[in-house]
Amino acid sequence: MKLGWIKRINVMKVVLYALSYMHHDFSPPIVHPDRSSKNILLHLDNEVHISGLWHCQASKTHPTSIKSNGAVYGVPKEDNFLTRTLWERIQKEIKEEEAMATLTVPTTVPSVSEDCEQLRKAFSGWGTNEGLIIDILGHRNAEQRNLIRKTYAETYGEDLLKALDKELSNDFERLVLLWALDPAERDALLANEATKRWTSSNQVLMEIACTRSANQLLHARQAYHARYKKSLEEDVAHHTTGDFRKLLLPLVSSYRYEGEEVNMTLAKTEAKLLHEKISDKAYSDDDVIRVLATRSKAQINATLNHYKNEYGNDINKDLKADPKDEFLALLRSTVKCLVYPEKYFEKVLRLAINRRGTDEGALTRVVCTRAEVDLKIIADEYQRRNSVPLTRAIVKDTHGDYEKLLLVLAGHVEN
Amino acid sequence: MRKGCSKFFLEDERQFERWNDSAIKSLKAEFKLFKDVVLLSLMHPWERDARLLKKALKKGPPHYNVIVEIACTRSSDQLLGARKAYHSLFDRSIEEDLASHVKGSERKLLVALVSAYRYEGPKVKEDAAKSEAKALLNAIKNNNGDHKKKAMEEDEVIWILTTRSKPHLKVVYEQFKKISAKTITEDLEVELLLKETVECLCTPQTYFTRVFDTALREDAKEDAKKALTRLVATQEDVDLKGIAAKFEDKIKERVKGAYKDVLLGVLADDRK
Repeated sequence: MKLGWIKRINVMKVVLYALSYMHHDFSPPIVHPDRSSKNILLHLDNEVHISGLWHCQASKTHPTSIKSNGAVYGVPKEDNFLTRTLWERIQKEIKEEEAMATLTVPTTVPSVSEDCEQLRKAFSGWGTNEGLIIDILGHRNAEQRNLIRKTYAETYGEDLLKALDKELSNDFERLVLLWALDPAERDALLANEATKRWTSSNQVLMEIACTRSANQLLHARQAYHARYKKSLEEDVAHHTTGDFRKLLLPLVSSYRYEGEEVNMTLAKTEAKLLHEKISDKAYSDDDVIRVLATRSKAQINATLNHYKNEYGNDINKDLKADPKDEFLALLRSTVKCLVYPEKYFEKVLRLAINRRGTDEGALTRVVCTRAEVDLKIIADEYQRRNSVPLTRAIVKDTHGDYEKLLLVLAGHVEN
Repeated sequence: MRKGCSKFFLEDERQFERWNDSAIKSLKAEFKLFKDVVLLSLMHPWERDARLLKKALKKGPPHYNVIVEIACTRSSDQLLGARKAYHSLFDRSIEEDLASHVKGSERKLLVALVSAYRYEGPKVKEDAAKSEAKALLNAIKNNNGDHKKKAMEEDEVIWILTTRSKPHLKVVYEQFKKISAKTITEDLEVELLLKETVECLCTPQTYFTRVFDTALREDAKEDAKKALTRLVATQEDVDLKGIAAKFEDKIKERVKGAYKDVLLGVLADDRK
């Protein structure tokens, strides 16, 4: 996007407001330690974010004005109705986002170099100090982890992940490595693994394609290009067949509209269409796939609500015609992922933990990919459904450092 | 100025100078082409592509080649930008609109083309390219006689053309030449949209040449001229220069005014 002069002036305005807010409306004032252009970030609609504050002392009187990863939303200084409601809305959104994640980050975070030093210490000498690794990495968000990896490589000339790989093993290692990755790279890795194995991993591809936001999916595809020198779509096309490919390829290629607008007339028409196709058992019909793979999530939600109101059943009930049919199972999971992902993840966790011999792969994957997103809601759903807190189930089914890190990521606080 | 443009004015029975309708019409048409090329060049490329896509979709099947042109000649990030712009402008994704409004056999191909986010690196898999060339050949052969299903509806054809990288597809094109007497595009004479897809992806110069040629003919229609305008405004000058040079004489001969200057500007070394 071209950054013309008018846009630049607007960016400057917001940055100045934010700095003024930090200097004059805080007691004691917050001084940004690194006032350079690399800490001014532009979000999608040229919304300005200021980063690099996470090693600052936040004032006790305004704890919610600094987001946990240190970003301050540019706030105009004029106190009028408009700016107040805008600020309230921003604060509300921040609270909502944080409320769903289980990851906890300390309010005063050590500096990056301190973290790197500690991690280095954890590897040195005889054996590994897993507890230290858990304490540090288990309480850092994606931005912080990326910075740690970068600084570690610059300081010690080695990729942190390679160092971890050498020192750790088994489920704990897999969890640490997967957790340490940036979310986009993690999704790319999971997707790549899924294209190599056989049918059961169609689910992972669908999960990534449907539970990520449009931009998160896009970043995953970009990370895939960088890491594997090919596109995710090629690999999915090459490694899946038949109806599964018909469904999965459009799903991973999607770039859905993310607005909340809904067209009710369209919802009615498409609900009818879906009902017809399902009644004819045309489950992999082009239209069914088109609706699920291209419509926005809000629109699909409206369509499926209408489906239930008009035809009596939840669409997934109608899709249970043949319990053994794997394609139908994937279709049902797709619907779940699109409209109520927490129920989908609850089921994955339930199946992973309650089986004889935990499915660590699924457990690790869900905890890693959702800890910063909505693991709290998933845990609530888990408790509601199984009458047991998720953390208790984890304790029962796992052990050692693997268990410890899972609990930390799941927000478990030691009593 | 009025005195100088005597051919635009006629005296009528009442000895009143009025517009010569037909002359004015051709003047308007010339200016329109110029206006179009200027407006297109001024808009942000993403917004421009989004609007072009919307218009092509609205106008229907004869204009679907515009969708193919945009989806295939833009880089991965440019195409992505167009999709983002489409969200902002029309509150929908281009995929949903295409998927719900295109009714015919070209639907799967068009939706897949517009959803592509191709790898852009040079790495190419020779073996895969060979087998994919074979697969394409089979798909074309099987569907030449059978008019119920076209090659562009074959899943195999679609995923090869819409997920593979452009360098890879160029190798597929070469491999195809080795195993068949004709090139892919020659073999696809019957399915125009599929042919243009392959052309834009594998041999874009051929496509550009054809557009220039059709537009600069004596009997060129409006759409052909619009196609040329669009190309000039949206493609990199570097890609068009060689072609425009071949048509330099025709441009000087057939085109007039400011529009001619724009077309010839493509050839100039110091442009931009």
